[in-house]
Amino acid sequence: MVDILSPNGSLARDLGSPSYNPGIHDTGFDGLSDQLADKGFITAASDDLITWARTGSLMWMTFGLACCAVEMMQASMPRYDLERFGFAPRASPRQSDVMIVAGTLTNKMAPALRKVYDQMPNPRYVISMGSCANGGGYYHYSYSVVRGCDRIVPVDVYVPGCPPTAEALIYGILQLQKKIRREGSIIR
Amino acid sequence: MSTTSSDMWADIRDHIEMHHADDVRDMSVSHGELTITVRRAAILNIIGFLRDDPICKFNQMIDLCGVDYPERARRFDVVYHLLSMAHNTRIRVKCSTDEETPVMSIVSLFPNADWYEREAFDMYGIIFDQHPDLRRILTDYGFEGHPLRKDFPLTGFVEVRYDEERKEVIYEPVVLQQEYRSFDFLSPWEGAKYILPGDEKSEAAE
Repeated sequence: MVDILSPNGSLARDLGSPSYNPGIHDTGFDGLSDQLADKGFITAASDDLITWARTGSLMWMTFGLACCAVEMMQASMPRYDLERFGFAPRASPRQSDVMIVAGTLTNKMAPALRKVYDQMPNPRYVISMGSCANGGGYYHYSYSVVRGCDRIVPVDVYVPGCPPTAEALIYGILQLQKKIRREGSIIR
Repeated sequence: MSTTSSDMWADIRDHIEMHHADDVRDMSVSHGELTITVRRAAILNIIGFLRDDPICKFNQMIDLCGVDYPERARRFDVVYHLLSMAHNTRIRVKCSTDEETPVMSIVSLFPNADWYEREAFDMYGIIFDQHPDLRRILTDYGFEGHPLRKDFPLTGFVEVRYDEERKEVIYEPVVLQQEYRSFDFLSPWEGAKYILPGDEKSEAAE
């Protein structure tokens, strides 16, 4: 893999890394690029293109467990309108990219949450929304509540609040998009 | 309705006393409602009487719950709340029991008591005799203990975690990462009698 991407023994590891400069590492690239630009094409790294597409069409699976779900619904309603970020609700885990765990995760629900997470295709992301999902919150010492949904599934973004406002959730989603842009690659 | 609510209570009270004097242990009016404490063995009789008698007509069962008084010999109370739509009045019926003694189920009278009794069984371990399906309703599958008993530890006995090797959610004994916090509800502006950490020197200087 490394040999293909950097045939001249350069330090650039992959196409998405900032140290990769086509002008230096790929002689002849500029000429090709200029030729194409005249015909109405632009060239870009395929990783950038893929992550751009990914951030722009995050299908989220609703996992509303408690009052946080109301704020989650609010975020996708016309006032905040999450779909303008390409962030559309999807009822099935098998076609979704993001799971928003919104609310108190109980012991009884934990196996179901994991099962649904396992059904999601890669790459998949998890947003933990609200104090209860982040670390048990108000119910931290309870006999029936999981002390943070990260005990069950790996979490990408934690949104604090009890419940977080719709704006806070949107900020969390933007952070997730940023994260995907930053570290996204075909291999995850 | 011409009668005032206190007359209503007096009527119902006398009526119950007349018919079930032996079964009623205590009668009182608290929180604007009539409360009667009855013998456990007579509960089905009394509830049936309250439902069907034309003076009472308590034809809706609003709530059924348990209460735990650990210091008592018969530690549990079962509390029934009934509503009479006809007379616009409510009544509270109580009977006491312990861990082993069953209470007669009232599902035959009020079908909605089914899940309430399952809840009382789940939370307190109160056993209801002749209940059609007495099993846990709220707590986790395989849960041990009855969480609303006063001697049940707040954090319970087990917690869950996803095990990466076994690829499933597993149960483990509770290990609290963070200690219990004891909150000090005293207002700092109204004579708190303690020295804040780091404030010792200012006290010594005076």
